[in-house]
Amino acid sequence: MNKFAFVDCKTVDQVLGQLGDGAMVKAGGIDLLDLMKEDIVSPPRLVNIRNVDSLRGITISTDGLHLGPLSTLSEIASHPEIQRSYSALADAAGHAATPQVRNMATLGGNIMQRPRCWYFRSSDFDCKKKGEGSDECHAHNGENQYHAIMNNSSCAMVHPSSTAVPLLGLGAQVELTSKRGKRMVAMSEFYVPPEKSVVNETVVRPGELITSIFVPAPEPGTRSAYQKYGEKESFDWPIADAGIVLVMDGARCRKASVVLGVAAPTPIRSKEAEAVLVGKTIDEGTARAAGKAAMLHATPLSQNGYKTQLFETAIYRTVLLAAGQMQRDQSAVG
Amino acid sequence: MTPETFLLEEQQAAAAQEKPQEPKRTENFVFGIPQNGLQQKQREVPVDEPPPLPANSELTYIGKPTQRYDGPAKALGKAKYTADVQLPGMLYARMVDAKIPHGRIVAIDTTEAEKLPGIRAVHVIEHVYGIAELRDPKQEPPSRYPTIRYVGQPIAGVAAVSQQIADDAAKLVKVQYDAIPFVVDRSAARADDAPMVFPGPADAAGSAGGGGGPTDVPQKGNVHGPKRRLIGNMDKGFADADVVVESEYFTQVQTHSALETHGFVVDWKPDEVTIYASTQGTASVRDEFADVFKLPKSKVRVITEYMGGGFGAKFGAGNEGVVAANLSRKANAPVKLMLDRRQEHIVSNRPDSHQKLKMGAKSDGTLTAIQLTSYGTAGVGTGAGTAGPATNLYKCPNLLTEEYDVFINAGPGAAFRAPGHPQGCFAFEQAIDELAVKLKMDPLALREKIDESPARKAERQLILERTNWRNRKPDGSDTGPIKRGMGIAQSVWYRFIDMDSSCEVRVSRDGSVELMSAVQDLGGGTKTILAQVVAEEFGIPPAMVVIRIGDTRFPIGPNSGGSVTAGSITPAVRNAAYQVKQKLFTAVAPSLGTTADNLVVQNGRVVFRNDPSKTYSLKQVAAKLPTNEISARATRVPEYSKARLTYGGVDYVELAVDTETGRVHVEKVFGAHDCGRPINPTGVISQINGGMLQGISYALFEQRIMDRNAGYMLNANLENYKILGAREVPEIEVVLVENYIAQSSTDAAGIGESAGIITLAAAIGNAFYNATGVRMRRIPMTPAGVLTALGKVQEEVQA
Ligand SMILES: Cc1cc2nc3c(=O)[nH]c(=O)nc-3n(C[C@H](O)[C@H](O)[C@H](O)COP(=O)(O)OP(=O)(O)OC[C@H]3O[C@@H](n4cnc5c(N)ncnc54)[C@H](O)[C@@H]3O)c2cc1C
Repeated sequence: MNKFAFVDCKTVDQVLGQLGDGAMVKAGGIDLLDLMKEDIVSPPRLVNIRNVDSLRGITISTDGLHLGPLSTLSEIASHPEIQRSYSALADAAGHAATPQVRNMATLGGNIMQRPRCWYFRSSDFDCKKKGEGSDECHAHNGENQYHAIMNNSSCAMVHPSSTAVPLLGLGAQVELTSKRGKRMVAMSEFYVPPEKSVVNETVVRPGELITSIFVPAPEPGTRSAYQKYGEKESFDWPIADAGIVLVMDGARCRKASVVLGVAAPTPIRSKEAEAVLVGKTIDEGTARAAGKAAMLHATPLSQNGYKTQLFETAIYRTVLLAAGQMQRDQSAVG
Repeated sequence: MTPETFLLEEQQAAAAQEKPQEPKRTENFVFGIPQNGLQQKQREVPVDEPPPLPANSELTYIGKPTQRYDGPAKALGKAKYTADVQLPGMLYARMVDAKIPHGRIVAIDTTEAEKLPGIRAVHVIEHVYGIAELRDPKQEPPSRYPTIRYVGQPIAGVAAVSQQIADDAAKLVKVQYDAIPFVVDRSAARADDAPMVFPGPADAAGSAGGGGGPTDVPQKGNVHGPKRRLIGNMDKGFADADVVVESEYFTQVQTHSALETHGFVVDWKPDEVTIYASTQGTASVRDEFADVFKLPKSKVRVITEYMGGGFGAKFGAGNEGVVAANLSRKANAPVKLMLDRRQEHIVSNRPDSHQKLKMGAKSDGTLTAIQLTSYGTAGVGTGAGTAGPATNLYKCPNLLTEEYDVFINAGPGAAFRAPGHPQGCFAFEQAIDELAVKLKMDPLALREKIDESPARKAERQLILERTNWRNRKPDGSDTGPIKRGMGIAQSVWYRFIDMDSSCEVRVSRDGSVELMSAVQDLGGGTKTILAQVVAEEFGIPPAMVVIRIGDTRFPIGPNSGGSVTAGSITPAVRNAAYQVKQKLFTAVAPSLGTTADNLVVQNGRVVFRNDPSKTYSLKQVAAKLPTNEISARATRVPEYSKARLTYGGVDYVELAVDTETGRVHVEKVFGAHDCGRPINPTGVISQINGGMLQGISYALFEQRIMDRNAGYMLNANLENYKILGAREVPEIEVVLVENYIAQSSTDAAGIGESAGIITLAAAIGNAFYNATGVRMRRIPMTPAGVLTALGKVQEEVQA
């Protein structure tokens, strides 16, 4: 790990003044310090935002939910109103990582964490994602059991942010602030797939800070859920996760969004699965059909074919969980 | 002495233990298993042995659940592990290791590292310890530097005034390589045209903890072996069989992953080298340091006060110990060198296996033939044999085992909790269930038929009484995606005794009692049982006995490998305590107005035999000592009989298989285990709990993942090397079966190995079959593996 300066800021202006020259924002520090210890990033300066009060706080208003980027995953998970009206988000925040991590991890840091790929995360390998003149993806011909099964032809990384999954499903927007002002980015535009830019995975530009995350108030009849599957329940990364938002008209599903977490390099919505659900009565048959539809275009690599089965299961069971027809899965309680 | 041959070499071993005519006396010992009815056994014992102990039920401290002696120190953070040692002027070191899997070092440039402010010493190593070596070293061109055979092989060490500077300096050491083709996959390494890890035959010695493979076997390419053992006649065995099963099983490489990484603090002084070691054997560390540095053992002192786990991989000096010593000598200052987590994953492992089993049985279950061929890789080491369970669990007239080691360019295997047995048991105990299925017999009933062990008989009875076994459903009968099942598996381990087990017990005039021995406590609770044994002699609570161990200035202790510790050291401890008690009685009897043989300890008091109204506290008695201190030293005496004994256990698992996620949820484990006379049931049960969890972790999660293209271990950390956590812990119940063996003055035995680590993968496999009707032939049973086995995925999943 390189030597670095540490600047503690109290206001957003101070933070913006310190960004630049490769400085990096530190929130909970969980992902950032891992990357620094592995020599994947070597910022000369860390800008600590944890003491910027204006970046904290969870408020619910008639238009929706306003989340300060410093809200911790535990705060979000235990918020009664989020549990009631934005269940998928509470589920995601409450089942990501581990209790200790959730106490430190912030929402801003969670959606900004770097992707998972053991080649990308090891300083022993250069690859195209690292942008160091290498054109290789080691996962394609190497060990790829945890890698992407969709949109994986360029780079097969996965983005593990659990909260990004419901945020995408619930139509959230991210407020970015820089010295030049503010802009709002829809979650659907927030992540950049590797075909567009293999090096950056978000639209956040140098000098920009996430200052708020907004989730619009759900339409009446909305039910949502999220489930994360790993190889085990304690201290593990997702190998499949699904976020489901259903707008119900009695027993009929009027609108659906089906979001897959670690299926592709960035969280994606499955139009195919949504089409299966919309206009139907939700039952096990439609839920399973949605799972199957979502995996129609999967392109698994040599060792991760099992993830298509796992995603089919994750989707059908989470649809049923959202619809109140199934308990939380024993394989997804961690 | 290896487990595989344990029972078969009975006579030779017994002969070796024979000692010429010592005066003996005859004693009656409690013998057998309470559940089967306790008996008496007559033995000839040396005349100065203490009187036989009665059964645990009649004792005060031995056999009673006892709080861990050092529990408070550990819980309060007062226990100082090697990693916590701080000495004045101490430097911090980091190992530099290889970045390629195979090649020759052309040059090493340390100038940049040496220029770093704060750097105090750099040492480039000349010899790599703990890996196989060519039988004929001339098969490789001479070089100043060892050939690199795996990524992570130690090359050099640097010492600096801070860990940060040492880490930075390690990165500045420039190594220039000449690469050689490599192979990291076991099956690829067996091919005729595979790159050769060694240019000719090579062998690896085991450590004080076991491991290592045979040295007198052929080698072809990377394939070393077989070590072959034939009993009876295989053709006859299979001709006699009414049913035959043939099957293949695969197990993965498991890394030791001790919480405290390997490491040393070495303080090299001209008159004495002091070594703080995270070790399972203070004696083994002293021996190896003395050997490597040509020092008299009297000038090497090894200290292990607290130890953060070893599981078999921490014996001797190791490369890191030798490097730390060289750095300390060069820098003239103490040096701390702890491996980092990545290095910890590479320094040692449990070899993998590919096993082919063929077994025959009569229609009543009687075994007629067992044939096992195993290939396993211990990386650049040997010791991947798996024949222990197949050879020693059940008697079978016709047995053929052939064990091969396959070299690959990966870190060396080392002894790991019951070497060879978890792998062997995973295959063998599932094959026994396969036989049961073919014979249409209940798997427990089949074992009842073929197993001669009285202890396991009692243990199976407990399974029948205390678990759901009798309600076991037909295999694969659950409908719906989640299927439940139950299974059992049995283990065998061996009574190994280390005669280098000595101690001293002191009593001071103030009544305080102290015990000293070089034996170390790996965390299994050795200190506690030593305190209990001394406490029993003196009638004082264990917490009042001061236990000083883990220092080679004290009498030599056993190296803790193969579950030897409790069985080896506790008799010496009891004997020393008994002897010093006799000395005390002799010294004070006149001033109490009686004779020594009229004094006895009863209910925590020293009592006159002929007048129970005369009672004294130990303090009152000791106050009458004519000298300030008396002491006695004792060394392990040979076993009372030449019988070669084994320990065992039967473990039962209930689980749910989610056939749509591929997840296996172990819901309940019940284990019945024996280990001679349990000294501290709490400690024994806690060892078994740990072994079961390690066994579940091995069965379901852990695996070393090597990148086949670059030869790196991709998950050399604790986020991708997956170990069971709190949420994977099932309901566990353990019942101990006391087994009095009349072999020593305590009859204690170790429990480290036969503690669930051996059986759990097999029991889970058998329960999986009961749940699904599908046999799991591969571990770990990850979603990828399970969904593949269930036929839900076509893809190849790496072994
Ligand atoms: C064993 C383990 C399992 C895990 N499993 C999961 C899981 O299942 N699901 C999951 O979602 N996560 C998982 N994680 C990851 C963990 O949740 C993230 O590392 C954590 O959420 C990051 O948050 P942080 O506040 O610590 O971010 P930091 O490490 O502080 O920052 C991460 C990145 O975000 C940037 N950043 C932070 N805040 C802002 C801001 N306001 N504006 C702009 N940029 C910002 C930083 O510069 C940095 O690049 C797991 C982690 C571990 C160790």
